[in-house]
Amino acid sequence: MSTTVVVVAALAYLLLLFAVAYAVEHGGVGATRFTRSSLVYTLSLAVYCSSWTFNGGIGRASQAGIDFLPIYLGPTLAFCLGSVLIRKVLRVSRANRITSIADLIGARFGKSTGLAALVTIIAVVGMVPYIALQLKSISSGLDVLTAGRPVVDPGVAPVLADGALWAAVVLTIFAMLFGSRSLHPDEHHPGMVVAVALESILKLVALTAIGLFVGFGIFHGFGDLFAKGAASADVQPLYQHSGVMRGIDWIAMTFLAMAAILCLPRQFQVMVVENVDERHLDRALWLFPLYLLAINLFVLPIAIVGRLTVPVGADPDSLVLTVPLAAGQPMLALVAFLGGLSASASMVVVEATALSLMVCNDVVMPALLRWRSLGLARRPDLTRLLLWIRRAAMAGLMVLGYLYMRWDSQRYALVSIGLMSFVAIAQFAPAIVGGLFWRGATKAGAVAGISLGFLVWLYTQFLPSLAQSGSLPSAFANTGLFGLALLKPYALFGLSGLDPVTHSVFWTMLANVGAFLGVSLLTRQSPIERAQATLFVDAFRFDDAAQIWRRTAYLPDLVSLAARFLGRERATAAFAGWARTRGVDAATTMLADAEMVLFGERLLAGVVGAASARVLVSAVVEEEPLGIDEVMRILDETSRVIEANRRLEDKSRALEDATAELKQANARLQVLDRLKDDFVATVNHELRTPLTSIRTFSEILRDHPDLPLGERQDFLRVVVTETERLTRLINQLLDLSKIEAGGAAPAMTPLDLAAIAHDCAAAMRQVFAVNRVNLRADLGDAPAWAMGDRDRLVQVIVNLLGNAAKFSPSGHGRVTLGIGGDHEAVELFVADNGPGIQPADREIVFERFRQVGDTLTDKPGGAGLGLAICRRIVVQHGGDIWVEGEEGQGAVFRVRLPRAAEPATAERAPMAEPRPTVVRELAQMPR
Amino acid sequence: MQQSSKRRDRLIGLFVAGAVLLNPPVLNLFSGGTVFGWPALYLYVFGAWALLIAGLAAVLEGKPGLPRGDEPDRPP
Repeated sequence: MSTTVVVVAALAYLLLLFAVAYAVEHGGVGATRFTRSSLVYTLSLAVYCSSWTFNGGIGRASQAGIDFLPIYLGPTLAFCLGSVLIRKVLRVSRANRITSIADLIGARFGKSTGLAALVTIIAVVGMVPYIALQLKSISSGLDVLTAGRPVVDPGVAPVLADGALWAAVVLTIFAMLFGSRSLHPDEHHPGMVVAVALESILKLVALTAIGLFVGFGIFHGFGDLFAKGAASADVQPLYQHSGVMRGIDWIAMTFLAMAAILCLPRQFQVMVVENVDERHLDRALWLFPLYLLAINLFVLPIAIVGRLTVPVGADPDSLVLTVPLAAGQPMLALVAFLGGLSASASMVVVEATALSLMVCNDVVMPALLRWRSLGLARRPDLTRLLLWIRRAAMAGLMVLGYLYMRWDSQRYALVSIGLMSFVAIAQFAPAIVGGLFWRGATKAGAVAGISLGFLVWLYTQFLPSLAQSGSLPSAFANTGLFGLALLKPYALFGLSGLDPVTHSVFWTMLANVGAFLGVSLLTRQSPIERAQATLFVDAFRFDDAAQIWRRTAYLPDLVSLAARFLGRERATAAFAGWARTRGVDAATTMLADAEMVLFGERLLAGVVGAASARVLVSAVVEEEPLGIDEVMRILDETSRVIEANRRLEDKSRALEDATAELKQANARLQVLDRLKDDFVATVNHELRTPLTSIRTFSEILRDHPDLPLGERQDFLRVVVTETERLTRLINQLLDLSKIEAGGAAPAMTPLDLAAIAHDCAAAMRQVFAVNRVNLRADLGDAPAWAMGDRDRLVQVIVNLLGNAAKFSPSGHGRVTLGIGGDHEAVELFVADNGPGIQPADREIVFERFRQVGDTLTDKPGGAGLGLAICRRIVVQHGGDIWVEGEEGQGAVFRVRLPRAAEPATAERAPMAEPRPTVVRELAQMPR
Repeated sequence: MQQSSKRRDRLIGLFVAGAVLLNPPVLNLFSGGTVFGWPALYLYVFGAWALLIAGLAAVLEGKPGLPRGDEPDRPP
């Protein structure tokens, strides 16, 4: 196939891609919907599959069988953890406008410029061989395709005739067109993303087409293909995987690929920076592994066919082209070439974009800004400068890549070069993962880990590779530094037998993780580090917790600062849009508050990186009256004050509760006090009345000795009656106070209440006879056992009977004493046919000195202590007393006492006479 | 909150399963032999890989945290 045809086809394809990208960026709404899909996002992630996959994977498979696979299994495993790890990176980067891996690490460890620059330099050094790999594969692809047959020894072409040089030039121009045409604060490149997605489709289609061709075009299906392979002694070992050392290599490569998918600058660009919707990640987390599986499905079959059909000694990395050529299919070979070109071009464009961003924001700009004599901070418009720095960085990167390819990489297979880059890039993984999940990771730890890991990488991978290709004295690689065998780069400290990559992974990670953890544990975080650590580690808890910097600035200053990096129009629009969401009018606002300053800083961070943005903004910020240390101290103090406040609130709440209780108690006391006053007044009155009449009648008797005998007898009877009334009253008061004081606990013994009631009724017969009231005792024969104090219970029954006798109408009064109850309690009742008690008074009658009825018109029926005493006695016995009955139909007093078991030696105790005092008392109860 | 943590736990479970199945020594068990003329190792690796992806898809695309069969029993 002629060179012209191949070159024209390649250029036409690249121009088509650019046209698509241009259409997307200028295409309006329809195009936006297309770019904002999870499928495009997933396909853009497939920039991971560079020509390493396309050409190198098959080359590796033809030599070592299935060993090429860990590079794709690693990302699959990493994506299993994606919803924890990658989502957090997305969230943090979105919140802080982080646009590169260097920015991420720098921002996490206290917005450190130095650390970001270190990461950038390592990334550039690590990625140069990787870019060289792409150029090499395009160049050898061109060689094979134009020769039309496998090239056994390509030799070294003169520079100007070298396809790789022209490939580098064309790809540089493309990278500039895609990646640095204009500045966006969010660094979105939708055109580039869609172009990468299209290239990913072509990669997959091309490889699948060749896979199907070798399976069905050359052989009779894959069973046949594998069988033929198995028959060949050369190919058969490719089917196997065994041995401890190969196992260790496999695990190391899986680990390496897991780290790479997180740390590769181009993966960060498409996965994080170009992500427009966090929900796309959910789909991509399984769809991207599926893409990896699909693109690798035919790698082993193609490699086997290559071993079977292509002459020994041909470059294994070109098998994907030489297999169709050997089978007489030049058009298929051209498709394969375009697939490989897609893989290389997308990798180079995205990687160059990401790296140039890092070089510009994290190395060049901070240096220029510090260089005061340039006066850069006062320049009105820096957008063009920024863009040219990026373009220069891209060009520089490609030059380095080309130089490395031309003078150093000829001896190496694509996969070896790629793996070397992976080991360098994996040095960022401990700092990133540690930084996201471990609050205590310090900047010093990160610097120590990354730089030590990088130095070990230089010694165990990069320098020996230079030495072996002759750029450095080879003695160093073979016999060790200073001839010390312990320092052999591929067998450091005598660790031999491992693959150089595995060997390097082990030593770099040991140094890196060890230093990162050790130094972090031994050093302290500065306040800004602590603040950033919290912001990153707790990313899911606070979305925007950075409001700790009390900064204000004049808005025009802030806008013009942003305008220098973004362009006047974009900056004004951004501030106006933000102000609208806050309900502020940007046109009339002069003073920007802390939030607005933060917005400005993040806006700038998107363009120049977090570290530079911080430096820039601090130049226009009016004044930062509080140092960071002070702010942190205030934060600490504030939290202490909040804690104290909280405790104070608790205390005052408790105090309020106590006050309320006290108030209640006080109210109760006041009531009791009033009751006591009432009681004293009543007692006073009750005692005075009989005393007064006794005194009066006694005085009459003394002053009038000549009174007739009959009259004198009457007066003396009154004196006696009143004296008895007085005695009774005093007795009752003494009883009541005794019971209330609780001093005399009732002597509880089993008693037959029926028998007691019977005896009481007998004792009261005389009283009833005097009052001309009929008493019927309806007690039955069965004993009713209860625990109690006999004398007290007698007092209750006699009291109730006395009341009933008193209140029943004389002449036709009827009183019934009965007993009943259930298995739990014994119930005694005394029913009369007197006036009854109104429902409202049924509780009052049991209070002291409370008599029912109008005390002005009715003659009081007694002192009003009898029922109060009854209630207290019954309550002491654990029972209850109450009154019921229809109004006007008489009252029914009921006493309910807990039933007791019948005592074993139960006898109806011989009934003693009731207490004489009680009987006398009741017999003479006044009406 | 609880649902998303359930989902996260399942994904971590898949990671562990994948890490065990797709690495030696489990991998070495399939070295060498053939199944219907196809290399057993090739079939096993791609099969296990596909299963892992299917698991990922089921967890990520399914309703978060609601395993099938958790619906309340319908009355007959």
